[in-house]
Parts: sequence; C-alpha cells; structure tokens
Amino acid sequence: MTSSDRENVSSVRSAEKTRRGGWFREEFGNPERRLAYYMILPALLIILIIAFFPIMYSVVLSVTDSTVTASGSFVGVENYVEMFKNPDFLEGLKNTVIFTVASVTLEFVLGLGIALAINRAFRGRGLVRAAVLVPWAFPTVISAVMWRLMFQDQIGVIDAVANGLGIISEPILSDSTLLLIGCILVDTWKTTPFMALLLLAGLQTIPGEVYEAARVDGANVMQRFFRITMPLLKGTILVAVLFRTLDAYRVYDLFWVLSGQQLESLSTFVFKAVRISQLLFAQGNAASIFVFVSSFLIALVFIKVFGMQTSTEE
Amino acid sequence: MASATTTKGAAGRGSLNAILFYVFLVLFVLVSLFPLLWVFRMSIVTKSDLLTSPVVTLAAPPVGTSYSTVFGNPDFIQALQNSVIVAGTTTVICLFFGSICAYSIARLRFRFKNSIMTVILAISFFPAVAIIAPLFIQFTAVGIINTYWSMIIPDVVFALPLTIWILVAFFRELPRDLEEAAKVDGATTLQAFRKVIVPLAAPGVFTTAILTFIHAWNEFLFANTFTFDAAHYPVTVVIPNFATTYTTDYGAQAAGAVIVTVPLVILVLIFQRRIVSGLTAGAVKG
Repeated sequence: MTSSDRENVSSVRSAEKTRRGGWFREEFGNPERRLAYYMILPALLIILIIAFFPIMYSVVLSVTDSTVTASGSFVGVENYVEMFKNPDFLEGLKNTVIFTVASVTLEFVLGLGIALAINRAFRGRGLVRAAVLVPWAFPTVISAVMWRLMFQDQIGVIDAVANGLGIISEPILSDSTLLLIGCILVDTWKTTPFMALLLLAGLQTIPGEVYEAARVDGANVMQRFFRITMPLLKGTILVAVLFRTLDAYRVYDLFWVLSGQQLESLSTFVFKAVRISQLLFAQGNAASIFVFVSSFLIALVFIKVFGMQTSTEE
Repeated sequence: MASATTTKGAAGRGSLNAILFYVFLVLFVLVSLFPLLWVFRMSIVTKSDLLTSPVVTLAAPPVGTSYSTVFGNPDFIQALQNSVIVAGTTTVICLFFGSICAYSIARLRFRFKNSIMTVILAISFFPAVAIIAPLFIQFTAVGIINTYWSMIIPDVVFALPLTIWILVAFFRELPRDLEEAAKVDGATTLQAFRKVIVPLAAPGVFTTAILTFIHAWNEFLFANTFTFDAAHYPVTVVIPNFATTYTTDYGAQAAGAVIVTVPLVILVLIFQRRIVSGLTAGAVKG
C-alpha cells in the first residue's frame, strides 16, 4: 500500500489546489481513473444493494407492525419497547454479552500465550500450523455437532470424565448454565488457534534488534513484554480482538446446534422471529437493528477510544 | 493449552526448556485435533459398544455400519451436492467481481480508494443476522426463497470483502515492471490485467478461492433461514438435523460430521502455508 497510496495522496492534494469541482473533472476526465471506478463498481453495487439496502428496509420494518406477509402501519418505537420487555430477548442479550466477554478474553489470553511460545524457529512448525488451522476450517455447526456428541450423557467422553470427577451432577445438555459454559469452551477451542495465528503474524513484524537493544540496556523479560511487545503489537491486537468480538457478538450457529435450539442469543431471537414465531416478526426487526447499532458502536469504541487504525490508512 | 504462559519465557536454551516446549506443542496439537479424532472413533464402532461407555468405545473393533447408514440417506447425498453447488457458485462469482475490483484498488490511482476499502471492510464487521428479516421478505417477493440463489446471493456479499481484501494484498506483491512493460508494448490496462497479472497471480487467486469456498461451505444462518426442504438444504443444515433423524444413532451423527470435515482437513493440510499467508494478509500491516 505504500508507494501507490503516496502517489494517490499527492495527486489528491494537487487536485485540491484546483478550484472546487476540479477533482471531479480530474477523476472522471482521466480514462485510467474512469476505468478504475468501472472496475470497482460491480462489487460495490452488490455489497450496497444486498447489505446496506436491507438494513434501511429493516429500520422501516422495525417501526411498523409489519408481518412477513403484510406490511403494517407506523407504530413508532413500540416494537423496541415490547422487545425490551420480552424475557427471551433479555435472556439472549445476557447470554450474548457473557459469551462474548468470556470467550474473547479467554481466546486473547491463550492466543497471545501460544503466539509468544511458538514465535521461533523449531522443527515441526508445519504440523503445528496445520493443527492450528483444522479447528478453524471446520464449519461451526459441525464442531458444535461433534462437541454435542462428546457432551452427551451416557456416550459422551466429556460427560463421563466430568461425572467421574464429580464436577457435574446432571447431564450437561439439559442445564442452561453448563450449556453456556460449553459454548464458551467450544468457541475458545475453535478460535484460539486463529487468534494465535494473527498475533504471531504481528509478532513476526517486530524486528529482533529491538529486543537485543533492550536486553543490552538491562530490561528484564517483563519489561520487554510490557514496554516493547505490547505497544508494538497493539495494532494487531486491536484488529484481532475487534474482529473476534463482533464475531462472538453475533453468535448463532454454535448456540443453536450445541444447545439443541435451547440456548437464547440475540441472533437466535432474530432467527426465531423470522422463521418460527412470526408473531414476533416486528420485534425481530427491532432486535436486528439493535444488533446492528450495537455492533457499530463496539467498532466505534475500538477505533475512537482505543485508537485502532483502519488498515487502509498509512 | 494452559501451559502456554509457563513456557513463554523459555528461549529454547537448555534441554529442559526444549522438552517443556515440545510437551506444550504436543498438548496443543492434541487439544486441537482431539474432537475430530474422538468423533471419528465414535463413527466406526457398533451402536452397542458406543452406548456401553467411552472406554469401550476406545477399544472396540472398527465397523463401517454408520457410514453405510449415512451414505444410504438420499437427503445427505443431496445435501453434499447442494453444498458443492452453492459454495462453488459463490466462489466463482466472488473471484470474478473480486479480482477486477481488487486489481483496480491495488494498481490504479484514484481518489476515493480509502473510503471504498473502508466500506468493503465494514461489511466483514456487519452482523449478517441484521438483514435476514428484510431479505426473507424480498426473496419471497421475487420468488427466489428456498432456491440456491437465496443462499448464493447473501453468501457472495459476505465473502466478497474477504476475497477483495486478500486479493488486494496478493496483487500488491506482484512486480509492477511487467505490467508497465506490457503497456509500453501497447497493451491496454485490461489486457495487462488479463494477460500479465492473472497468470502471475494464479497462486494467490487459488488461495483466495480456497478461503472463499471454505467460507461459503461453512455458512449456516442464511441456509437455515432461506431454505425449507431437503432438495435445497446444504450439509450444514442437514447434519445438525441428524440429531432428530437418527435420535440415538450417535454413530451416524458422528459419521456425517466426519464426512463433511474430511475434505476441509485435506485442503488445509495441503495448502496450510498459503492459507496462513492469505488469512494474515489483511489483518497485519506489512
């Protein structure tokens, strides 16, 4: 991104020197630039039409009493008020927040530990990398099916071990707290390797001389970690954690399959409103907008408060 | 996995450190692979051995009955076919539009490059669940609900940013001189793209294709929302339904899960190096 962007920036500056509207002529008068826009247009249109337009439509649906088959009349914020009174929604919100905070924290701590441990040359690197990728490549629903089989009473290995150790007194799959813990563990199992991989790639961009210099100056392990590794890794950490947070926040597959459709999350609430209990359709749209706006706010916090760089900028 | 933090200070000096390091690695690999190995074991024992106890499961002689049950299920075969069609079509569409768009971003000069990249990136942060309600109504209105297109269209939208992002990273790594030479020789921008860049970028495009395919193959929310019958269900919908189809035939459920993951595991094992470079290309600034 370096050289082309710099040229890009300088040409933008020269365009700004010309009078207002000059940039428009510069952009579309130049055949190469016109071609550039033509090449981007199809992909951009697909994204705008299929993703952004429905969001607008969903906003409209959420302030009317529409159903799947009939469009309704304007009811203001009534759907949102009803939604916040709905115990299923509140349960979904609570589970989603607990799940997101717990799984992302676990994944980050374990992922960073693993990344630091394997950030060196060693035999069998390829094997480790492959092992890391296997859980990641599984469809989430399939890993949920696999873990459900291991959690199953009578046949499941985890159920048997946990029973033997006396950790659990009832079947895992019929207790909502144990199910939520199960979901957090499965998600951690599935995405920690991915987190480790991203952080490892970030670690590898830190030059070794920096550590050598610090060591010569007498910095100990902890000082090197907090004064060098963490600050230099900050950009990568923010991208990886934001990415995982938003991913965990919209959890659907794992809850739906691992709990046998019992455990509620924000996304399962929306899904049920669309496909199962269509009386809740309007509330489902309100929940859609709630998920969308809160995801946006989470991203905003990362960018504004933590100072995350969007990676397109220099 | 817990031993990660304890070995982090070890710099590989001394044999004790080296042993601890490899113990940690073995543990890590085992934990990562354990569910697949265990479920594979579950899929090749008899029903009665499976129900006796996990210890018996471990020692029982292998049988193939679960696999013949699953492969004898026409809905499962249909689902495999549906998944291949949906994921394959999604990959082709994404690569076509994605590579054109990515080339423009990686190579041509224009003003709104950063804004466009931000819009594209925003989609990867977009909660898919937020648009299933409006899309359900619109797909019903245009008559494509419960068809392959009701899965392909939203899959393309959510895979396209990934495709573009990775391809931009790959295209930027290619040497500029060759295209300039082609242009000096009289080739147009599009000819330079088609005749010089596309062949040179083939390995990167191939990696992107694998990642896009995996993304579409694993998709569940749209498939579960927009399809209603076995003629259109992909495997991700059918396998969880095995819990009701084969209520206590856990071996069949295990076999189904194994069959669906094996192609992915093979892809990952063969192309792991490329996949890692593709995955980290977008996330880490080089």
